[in-house]
Amino acid sequence: MSWVLVVAGAMVGAPLRYLTDRAVQSRHGSVFPWGTVTVNVAGCLLLGVVTGAVTAGGAPEPVRLLLGTGLCGALTTYSTFSFETLRLAETGARLLAAANVALSVVAGLGAVVLGTVLANTLWP
Amino acid sequence: MTGDRIQESVDPDLDVTDVTTAPPRPRAAGQLPIVVAVSLGGGLGAAARYGVTLAWPTTAGSFPWAIWSVNVAGCALLGVVLVLVTEVRDAHRLLRPFLGTGVLGGFTTFSTYAVDAQALVQAGRPGLALTSAAATLVAALASVWLAVTATRAVSRRVRGSRRQGEAGA
Repeated sequence: MSWVLVVAGAMVGAPLRYLTDRAVQSRHGSVFPWGTVTVNVAGCLLLGVVTGAVTAGGAPEPVRLLLGTGLCGALTTYSTFSFETLRLAETGARLLAAANVALSVVAGLGAVVLGTVLANTLWP
Repeated sequence: MTGDRIQESVDPDLDVTDVTTAPPRPRAAGQLPIVVAVSLGGGLGAAARYGVTLAWPTTAGSFPWAIWSVNVAGCALLGVVLVLVTEVRDAHRLLRPFLGTGVLGGFTTFSTYAVDAQALVQAGRPGLALTSAAATLVAALASVWLAVTATRAVSRRVRGSRRQGEAGA
């Protein structure tokens, strides 16, 4: 059963990442990977909420498998983030590559903390 | 480019009789197979990641080796896949969405990486949290760079020896 939940969540999360990335990238002309930053930060926020909710007893464990391991796990990506950083560095945009790393890590960790605070407020 | 048009005309879901005059297909129509490929790949990749975390459980307050390994391996594999698909040979148009965006995108994860670091802070180990965050970042970037560089070098050698073989024949 747990496998079904993980796969079901991921089968929604991965295409959601693809479609969000396309929508975000088509709205601006810059080479900066805003699409991947968006899905990674959004996924961190949601996983912060889900983890906080399950820890506080506000949601059952299967929710963590479906929305956390499955959906958030597949919505966010480390491989595309790394590859896009390398591409920026290779094309001479080293400052943008460094900015991508700094923004992704700081905003991702910040989103997790914010999500946890949200969960603690909703399920005290 | 003429080469592109020739390739487009053998695309099975394109009306071959009207290749040159047909207006560009509406975006949504061509998107569905890609979205399905990404979804199926994402399910497979996430199942593989879940399998690794079950086989290699991380105890609370310790370095998250399972997710570290998943992310570093996924970065290396994406480097190999994307060089092969975009630089070495023309691949089926669904191969990159399936393997790259789907399987490897679903296999690696940014959110668990961030939540694991936060969990270490909450467990009273902020130093280890910082170490795990930095170690993942450095290893992931190094592995994608190494994989891209190595794949390019190997494909150059293969093509070089093939050309030599042809010249000698």
